[in-house]
Amino acid sequence: MRQDHLITATQLSRDDIEAVLDRAREVADDPAAYADRHAGRVLALCFFEPSTRTRMSFDSAAKRLGIDTIGMGDVDSSSVSKGESLSDTVRVIEGYADAMVLRHPSEGAATLAAEHVSVPVVNAGDGAGQHPSQTLLDLHTIRENHGLDDLTVGIMGDLKYGRTVHSLAAALTEFDVNQHFISPESLRLPRSVRFDLHETGAQIREHEELEPVLDELDVLYVTRIQKERFPDENEYHRVAGEYQIDAETLEEADDDLTVMHPLPRVDEIAPDVDETDHATYFEQAHNGIPVRMALLDTLLENANPDGDEGTEVDR
Amino acid sequence: MSDHELRVSKIRDGTVIDHVEGGQALNVLAILGIDGSEGFGVSVGMNVPSDRLGRKDIVKVEERELSQSEVDVLSLIAPEATINIVRDFEVVEKNRVTRPDSVTGVLSCPNRNCITNADEPVDTRFDVVADGVRCDYCSTILRADIADHIDV
Repeated sequence: MRQDHLITATQLSRDDIEAVLDRAREVADDPAAYADRHAGRVLALCFFEPSTRTRMSFDSAAKRLGIDTIGMGDVDSSSVSKGESLSDTVRVIEGYADAMVLRHPSEGAATLAAEHVSVPVVNAGDGAGQHPSQTLLDLHTIRENHGLDDLTVGIMGDLKYGRTVHSLAAALTEFDVNQHFISPESLRLPRSVRFDLHETGAQIREHEELEPVLDELDVLYVTRIQKERFPDENEYHRVAGEYQIDAETLEEADDDLTVMHPLPRVDEIAPDVDETDHATYFEQAHNGIPVRMALLDTLLENANPDGDEGTEVDR
Repeated sequence: MSDHELRVSKIRDGTVIDHVEGGQALNVLAILGIDGSEGFGVSVGMNVPSDRLGRKDIVKVEERELSQSEVDVLSLIAPEATINIVRDFEVVEKNRVTRPDSVTGVLSCPNRNCITNADEPVDTRFDVVADGVRCDYCSTILRADIADHIDV
């Protein structure tokens, strides 16, 4: 991958994706070979909205590469609450770190940040925009279970505001994948995502119900429908209930169906699915480590092309 | 149009923007930042008969020639417009507008959650796509309602 930043999945070619996933496989096979590879480097974890797994996953991945991490603490107690612009904040943090991971509630925040700094920026979620590092770990999970070609993938839930969905749908167009989108009418894919899918000539179909397509799927990617997306709580319960699955739902599915979820789940996947062979969401979450290690390794290597792999440490 | 139908008088020096889609003349003036306070002579014809468009608007601005960036933005709301530069009552230049690849700093993003609407020191930037414009930051696509988002 020859990229300076990771901002959106649409920037990634098939070669870019495969290069990171190949490296993730190497990392998973021999993590010791990557330990201390970037000793002496510092990664800034800039989370402007709450995150548990993404932040911990990047933190853990960095530390396994020998990278130190620094964070902003609670947004309420940081300079952001004093009204500092994002542009200023990232320009300051650039001086403290060799790369930064950014989570922000506004769409386009990572694009803006990358315009102001010369260290690599990883978009770890910008509002309802994109979440491309999640997509890389999603693709790694799909690849390890099925390969990435000649596949039928169903993506279900909140397709309108789901940033993991927007990134995954874009990246899947680089492979031979039929995509089915299953959602209530009010939470269909946004116009901009649909535009990109049409531009690539991707094979996509949209449905309001899972049942007619379930038996065709190799992968079912479930996302959470959030209560705040609905003006009325009764409407939320009525709609959300139609997009919940349990072990009984999956009796109609192919035996090899892989069920994924970016987590956290609330009640869209019943706990009885955990006991089936379909459940892959915890494996998926764990894949965040080798994939984010591979991603950070790649970006830091691109930013330091002279082969300098960090400050030498006494062994 | 024959002389007895001419509703707007000829100008000595300046720009005539002709073949503007009916109803868009005031947006054209907004794009050019003209509100009358500059002291230029400004004539506006709205919904006048046109062979090509059925109904069209015409804007005449005296003592003012348009820059390329102004023409670029005009092209988004008035793709059929012709721009005539007039000197001493003669049309010395007649140009059709062409769509630019992108427009910077003239449109506001309709997505309230876009970072460009968050008090950041940033100019909006939109790529011109097949049937509209697209925010470079949040990817929101703006189609028919471009004129509502002109922010100059």
